[in-house]
Amino acid sequence: MKDLLDDIDRWRADHKRVALARVVDIEGSGPRDPGAAMAVNEVGEVVGSVSGGCVEGAVVTEALSILQGAREPGVITFGYSDDEAFAVGLTCGGTIRLFIEELDW
Amino acid sequence: MSVYDELSAAIRAQDPVALVTVVEGPNVGSKLLVRPGHDPLGGLGHPELDRVAHRDALAELEAGRSGVRHYGPSGETTPEDLVDTPLVRVFVESWAPPPQMWIFGAVDFTAALAKVAKVLGYRVTVCDAREIFATRRRFPMADEVRVTWPGPMFDERGDELGPRDAVCILTHDPKFDVPAVQGALATSVGYIGVMGSRTTHEKRLERLAEAGTDDPAELDRLMSPVGLDLGARTPEETAISICAEIIARRTGRVTPSLRDGTGPIHQ
Repeated sequence: MKDLLDDIDRWRADHKRVALARVVDIEGSGPRDPGAAMAVNEVGEVVGSVSGGCVEGAVVTEALSILQGAREPGVITFGYSDDEAFAVGLTCGGTIRLFIEELDW
Repeated sequence: MSVYDELSAAIRAQDPVALVTVVEGPNVGSKLLVRPGHDPLGGLGHPELDRVAHRDALAELEAGRSGVRHYGPSGETTPEDLVDTPLVRVFVESWAPPPQMWIFGAVDFTAALAKVAKVLGYRVTVCDAREIFATRRRFPMADEVRVTWPGPMFDERGDELGPRDAVCILTHDPKFDVPAVQGALATSVGYIGVMGSRTTHEKRLERLAEAGTDDPAELDRLMSPVGLDLGARTPEETAISICAEIIARRTGRVTPSLRDGTGPIHQ
């Protein structure tokens, strides 16, 4: 999160809306610990990462949906072991849960 | 100030701060910002939930941990109170100041260890009583270089050290490492590594006993000889073996430490 602050501040100063995704939980093998974060602004600029590159593309899509009002803030799960998992998986076989929301606080 | 403004200011200042976010249940997205010695900012939707989450977040922050916790909607925590209630899941994210490593003895191994410790995110302090060795010029990678004896250093700042921190004593010099070991044992520091051969370690134990430190339970905290049994030779390799041992002690993994073997360290 610390590495994201400068970009987030710049975007907010430019009046660009920002969505934030943070890893809250991992099961099994996962590349990043809880707290790993990425931020996406309304024009699709991205900073940070939440995995080893496996799910970032899908997170951008979800983040933009949040900013367009097409989805509510909430937990999204990536991984093979979960029935509700998104199509995108982690090559390491683990499961990660992210909380994704608009940074409007 | 918004929650984000206060959070980002604390993170940048390396002040300890935790952010509690409701991730599932009523009031998803609501937040409580927690800082030791400050009133919490924000709220999770119920005063009792705020009180319990504030208490737990302070404990998580103290341990430098981040993770998900769950409560009842009014802050219930006991399993029987959580039956048939909607669960509130919160994510507690902690930003704790970096752990500290104090290295006693300004030797070649010190520079290598300070370098590796910085890679792992430690705030590194090098301490030696000899002014010509303990210089910033020799240890530019350290956050701080102190010219002082171990006794005053621990008297002044020993209470800063906790389970996440490490003390590494690389002096090989009894007049320096006996007080350094005694000082470290008087703190709650998580890792105490003391360099030297098995023979040096035995002699050091005798000197510690003469100085009144002979409780086996206390002395069991010492990792000496220091490091994992990697067959390390150079200062850099030795630094890796020490830092690897620190990680293994924290995670509780069984790895071959030199302390637990017999025979010469180098073959």
